Formats: sequence, structure tokens, C-alpha cells
Amino acid sequence: MHWKLHRDGPLEADVDPDLSVSIRPEGNRTVVAVSGEIDVYTAPKLREHLIDLVATGQYQLIVDLEAVDFLDSTGLGVLVGGLKRVRSHDGSLHLVCSQDRILKIFRITGLTKVFPIHATIDEALAAGTDS
Amino acid sequence: MSQIEVRFAPLTAHVRTARLVALAVARRARLDEELLDEVRLAVSETCSRAVAVHASRGSDEPVTMRLSDDHDHFTIEVVNVGTLVDDPAQSMDLVEASTRALSEAGDDPASPDAMPPGFGLAVVSGLVEDLFVTSDGQTTSVRMRWPLVAALANLAEPTAS
Repeated sequence: MHWKLHRDGPLEADVDPDLSVSIRPEGNRTVVAVSGEIDVYTAPKLREHLIDLVATGQYQLIVDLEAVDFLDSTGLGVLVGGLKRVRSHDGSLHLVCSQDRILKIFRITGLTKVFPIHATIDEALAAGTDS
Repeated sequence: MSQIEVRFAPLTAHVRTARLVALAVARRARLDEELLDEVRLAVSETCSRAVAVHASRGSDEPVTMRLSDDHDHFTIEVVNVGTLVDDPAQSMDLVEASTRALSEAGDDPASPDAMPPGFGLAVVSGLVEDLFVTSDGQTTSVRMRWPLVAALANLAEPTAS
């Protein structure tokens, strides 16, 4: 039964009081669900996950920021780094975020034009892998 | 005028603590709810920057954050060691810098995926109208100021003389 539970749950879950990352496949894409705060202390952990995904050939990523309650420019840097890595393999990195307080930093830095940003996971999946 | 001073070892783990303190003090000063997220982001950027400056100089001196409020304003000042040599913040075009960060190939192994130097402070200057960056030759101070609710109310409804 443990085996079945594991198969139905996220492929990988990294739970931390400050930042949790959980990764699961959705068709030919990979959803990276992040929760907590992404700052100078926690961002390296997200970066490691994104590097691992690319290293294992997963280039079509959806990063779900719905459960993130803080993101600063260090976090933006990690997302930009992730986008660079998947693009070098003709991949894509879409974001899911509907929270205005998180979207604000994307707006003031012009990154709303760089990342495809969706309000829901379903919308991101429906949008395909164009970037 | 009430003032709180927090001094913390220049470790990235303490930046979150600085945000939490700033948020609590801003609430107590009755800063407008809508500005609280701005305070949180501004403190994160300035404290991350201060910690990085200390690290780059090999300094284990603490970073200082001072929070104060008077009748009209809530002020946060973050002080780090060293003069201001690394921050073209006042003139940085954020959109241009973001685009450049995306197109530049290769990672700097020392600070992988970092946005360009000065980017965090440029974000703050995009958020906070009253931003003052000064350097006295030994330390650098980043001071940010927000209007308090009482002051906003006075602007909206000038009292009859």
C-alpha cells in the first residue's frame, strides 16, 4: 500500500518550514509546486530542484507559485535562471500565479513579458508549451 | 517618535527575521495595510543586499536595521559596512536589466542565477518613493520612508482652519 500511496502522491516532496517544493508529472510536463517564502536563504533550494529537473531531461516546466507568500529579486533570479536552462533545451517554463502581491514584482521588473503567467494549473496546461 | 534597532549577524537566514520584525513594527505603527507587502519586499531586498556586501568584504560585523515612526512617517534604515561602490541602482532600468539577465549566457559560480549587482536596490527604488542612499566612507545607509495613515487622512481631508 505504501508503494501505491507513493505513486499517487508527488514524485518528490521536499518539505521545509520556510520553503517546500513538490514535483509531479502532468502529461509530458512537470509541475513544480512551491510553497512558503522564496528569498536569499531559501532560493538556492529551488534552484537545485530546477537544475536537477533539467539534468534529468525535464524541460517543460510549470512552476506553481500559488502557495508562495513571498518572493523577492533573489527568487526572480532563480526563475530567470531556470528559464534560461530549459530554453537552452528548447523547453519552456510557465508560471501559475494569481496573487497580486507576488505578481507586482514581475510587473515592475518587466518579467510579465518574459514568463507566460497563468491564473491556474489548468490554464497553464491548456496553454501548451510555447514560450 | 518610537525607535527599534535590530542588529543581526550577516547571514541569509536572518533576512526573514528582519522581514518579520519590520512587518510587526509597521503594523504597530498603523501603516496602511496595502503598504505592508511593500515594506516586506523592501526590507528583504535591502537586508539581502547588506548581507551580500558584508559577505563580499569578508565582514562578520552585524547588519543594523532601525525602524522608527513619528506622526507622519514610518521609516526603516538598513546600514551595512563599506562605501557604496556596487550600486548603480538609481539609474538602473529594471526591465532592461531583467532582459539582460535572461539573455546573458553562463552562470557565475560564485553567485549562480543572481540578478545584476544593484538589481535589488533598483527594485526598492521602483517601489518606495522616499528612498535615500547615503555613505559616510565607512558605512552605507539605505533609508526608506512611508506615509502613515494619519498623514494620508490629513491629505485626503484637509481640516478647516
